[in-house]
Parts: sequence; structure tokens; C-alpha cells
Amino acid sequence: MPAISFQSVSKTFQTARGPFQALDGVRFDVQKGEFFGLLGPNGAGKTTLISILAGLAKATSGSVLVHGVDVATQSAQARRMLGVVPQELVFDPFFNVREALKFQSGYFGVKHNDDWIDELLHSLGLADKAHHNMRQLSGGMKRRMLVAQALVHKPPVIVLDEPTAGVDVELRQTLWQFIAKLNREGSTVLLTTHYLEEAEALCGRIAMLKNGKVVALDSTTELLKAASSNVLRFKLDAELPPALAAMARVTGRIVQFPAHDALEIERYLAAVREAGLHAQDVEIRKADLEDVFLDVMHQHEEVAL
Amino acid sequence: MMTGWTMLFYKEVLRFWKVSFQTVAAPVLTAVMYLMIFGHVLEAHVQVYDGVSYTAFLIPGLVMMSVLQNAFANSSSSMVQSKIMGNLVFLLLTPLSHWSWFFAYALSAMVRGLLVGAGVLLAGVLFVWQSSVLNFSLMPTQPLWVLTFAVLGALMLGTLGLIAGLWADKFDQMAAFQNFIIMPMTFLSGVFYSIHSLPNFWQSVSHLNPFFYMIDGFRFGFFGQSDVSPWLSLGVVGVCLTAVSAIALHLLRTGYKIRG
Repeated sequence: MPAISFQSVSKTFQTARGPFQALDGVRFDVQKGEFFGLLGPNGAGKTTLISILAGLAKATSGSVLVHGVDVATQSAQARRMLGVVPQELVFDPFFNVREALKFQSGYFGVKHNDDWIDELLHSLGLADKAHHNMRQLSGGMKRRMLVAQALVHKPPVIVLDEPTAGVDVELRQTLWQFIAKLNREGSTVLLTTHYLEEAEALCGRIAMLKNGKVVALDSTTELLKAASSNVLRFKLDAELPPALAAMARVTGRIVQFPAHDALEIERYLAAVREAGLHAQDVEIRKADLEDVFLDVMHQHEEVAL
Repeated sequence: MMTGWTMLFYKEVLRFWKVSFQTVAAPVLTAVMYLMIFGHVLEAHVQVYDGVSYTAFLIPGLVMMSVLQNAFANSSSSMVQSKIMGNLVFLLLTPLSHWSWFFAYALSAMVRGLLVGAGVLLAGVLFVWQSSVLNFSLMPTQPLWVLTFAVLGALMLGTLGLIAGLWADKFDQMAAFQNFIIMPMTFLSGVFYSIHSLPNFWQSVSHLNPFFYMIDGFRFGFFGQSDVSPWLSLGVVGVCLTAVSAIALHLLRTGYKIRG
């Protein structure tokens, strides 16, 4: 039985401009014990999908099962198995850190949870803030509190919706060490993130979402293999001719070409020279998840056109 | 089915208790102001029931008005704030059933209403005690009626507050609900006068106001006198409470405005 099973999940929002389809028949499973990444550009439907999983929104059609339990019809049972870290940095300004965690325990019917609460505070670097009001915490600490609140009832399935947005490097490391430890101990993790290097480092499998549809679903290794194996990267002070620019990824002065072998690399460099341009800081690097991501998103753009 | 509701109830009580200066002390002070001004001006001019002075008549009305307004304020402000701040998500992610939500919000609102009501009553007793003119006891002749109407009224307004909190998307919508529905209904319910002193038309209108029955029944517990039978009041309040509870439970069960 999968930890999470999305079964043809569709969601249509009624907007002032007419119906908008946020999700279109999303179908995939996350196995127990997996560290699974859900990627996609803004507006792809990631948060909508997570909201339906968490019971914050209802699917227009299709269903979501957590350990075989339907989140819509057996919501209480499903929510007990889920620990969801919301994307918005929300907090209750009336209470302190420890109170907020005690309440959250109580809502799940977990009593005498002080040991686990202490461990959470310690692991997330919040131990010395236990008696601080939520308002006094910095953004990064509030973010860690969201994680602590999600884990207070020891859920077997952990869902993180962009947990590292706006979090500094050191904090990100603490957070990932802790989540990775929980994953090693058997928790299933579903993660959405904008930091592709994070997904590459952590996730065993990845689904990519675009315009509410799954456009790629494979192990991280396979996704990387399928992409061009190398990337030619250099800097330019002038603009690339349109014919070349169409093949390249241009970020300001940085130009990157996907390349499979030396011949291809030579051809690109020759074309740049013929255009009368001077490539600086030339390097060749391995393709990473960002290249795969942009590749996949680009392919589906062409199909859409 | 009800797991966890006690924690939500506790949190809701703690929420207002942490700011009790605003949520308990301030409304008691407001009621004392009404008491001083209306009591002072009208004591010598108005007598509603035989053998009951105007101030004696006024105090239970003010107590009940405070109970109702504060019960409403508690659940409505908690819900609308949580929605706007976004921290309602912490509740939405839990297995708490709609019954749990309902009981936690309604009962915590009731606790605040009763606490403020007790404070106003105590202030009323002190006010009478220190006065050289006033000479009567505020000891209820039938305390069970007093308690019944205070509890039912507070629950009803706590539930109405919950409904208003779920409905309102913005603070100004909540203010409109409070200013255009709750305030007129409390003021036109006979807090400051007996509806028998009103013209016929307004008497009939007052009989359509459920708040009138809460206050009339509550006052009966103090003096054994009222505009209508306390049993009729009990019936009306019971029916209204059942109706608003059914609406609130329905809204919570379907996730009205809180689950997309």
C-alpha cells in the first residue's frame, strides 16, 4: 500500500473570469519511506495538490489516499497520519512556542507529549525560545515552528510545502538534517521546493507538475540520466544571435548550452566566434536537476504551442 | 468523535484570559458607566415593576447585555482573526470534528460571557451598597432561572459569533454584523426599559426579538416578575439556540469559507 496515492485528482476553481483548472487528472503514488519531490513553476498546482491532500481544499474529482485512507471521506483518520508544513508563515500571536506545541498535540488527542516536544524544540534549535511569544520569533524561527507543529503528533507521512523559502543556509542545513533523520527512521516525506539542488540532494523520486498536469515522474537518477549529460557554460558581454539564443539558456551574461559530446561543444563555440563574440570564463559542467527541469518545462511549452 | 475538543476549549479560554484587561475588565467598566448614567438620571423618574426601583431593574438587564455581547465578541473575533492571520490552518489540519469545533468555540464564548456578567453583577452590588439613596437587595429570588438564561443566552451568542466569524472575510464585515444586527437587537430588547412602556407597534416588534426573551427570562430570576412567562422565554431561547447551533454545525461540517 502506498503512503500517498493521488488518483486522477482534478480541481477547478470558479473565478470571475470563468472556471480555472488548477489540477488536471494528477495521478501518482508515493511509496512508504520515500523522500519524494514535487516540483513545478509557480502556479503549476503544487500547493493546490498539497491542500487537497491535507484536507484544506476539496478535489473537484478524483481522490487522495493516505495509507489507503481517503482524505475526503475519512478525514480524521487521514489527518492523524499527516504532518503538513504550510507554505505561508503563519502563527498565533497570543501564545508562546511551548503553548502552541501543546495545543497542537492536544488537538490530535496526544497527551503527555512533553518529551517529544522537548526533542522537537532541541532538534530544530528552538529550545531556548520555548517561552518566547510567537511574535518575538524571527522569520526563520517561525518557519521552524511550522515544522515542529506539523510533527508534534509523530505523523508517518510528512508533507513540506516550500519549507526553505526565505530561510538562511545554516537553518536549511539544520532542517534538512532533521527531516532526513526522520526519513531514515521510516517517515515518508513529500516535499515541494523551488531550490532544485535541494530536491536533487534529498529526493529519491521526483514528479514535475506543469499547468496542473504531471509532466515528468521518475527517480532523480533516471531524470538526470535522460537529460543532456553536460552543459557548456560561458559569459558574454554582447547579445547572442537569435538562432543561437533559441538553443541556449541565457541568464543575464551567463549563457548555457546543453551538450552531449566534444563535437557539439566545439560547434557551439565556433558559432559564437563566427558571430564575432568573445566567450569568457568557459567551463563544462555536469547537467543538474535544474537543466532537467527547464528541459521538461520547455518541451511542454512547445507541445502547448 | 470529540477527541481534542477540550484542548481547543482551553486554548480559546486562555486566548481571552491572556488579554483579560481588554476582554473582561473593559466591558465591566462600560456596563458600570451605563449603570451610573442611566441609574442616576432615571432612578427617580421610572418605575417598571411594583416594588422594584429603576436601578434594580436596570442591573440584571446590563448584566445580561454584557453576557450576550461578550460571548458574541469572543467567538467572532477569535474566528475572524484566525482566518485573516491564517493560523486557522493549524486547526484545519487536525482531526478535530465539527462537533469539537462547535463545543470548544461556543463554551469558551460562554465562559467569557459569564465571567463578564459576574463582574458586572458584582459591580452592581457594590454600586448599590455604596449608595445612600438605593436600598434594595440584588439577591435573585429564583437563581436557577438566572443561571439557565445566562448559560443559554451566552451559548446562543457564542454560536452566533462563530457563524459571523465564519462568514466574515474582513474585520469591517464583522463590525457591520456587530453594529447592524447585534447592537440593535440588544438595545431593543428591554435592557433599559420594559417593553410595556413602548407603543403597540414597537411592542409587537420587540416580541420578534429573541434577545428580549433572554433578558426578560433572566430578569424574572431576580424579581419573580417579567413581561412574559419565563417558560415562554425558555421555549423561544431553546428553539433559537437549537436553530443557530444547527446552522453553525452545518457550516463547520461543510467547511464553509474555511476549506476551499
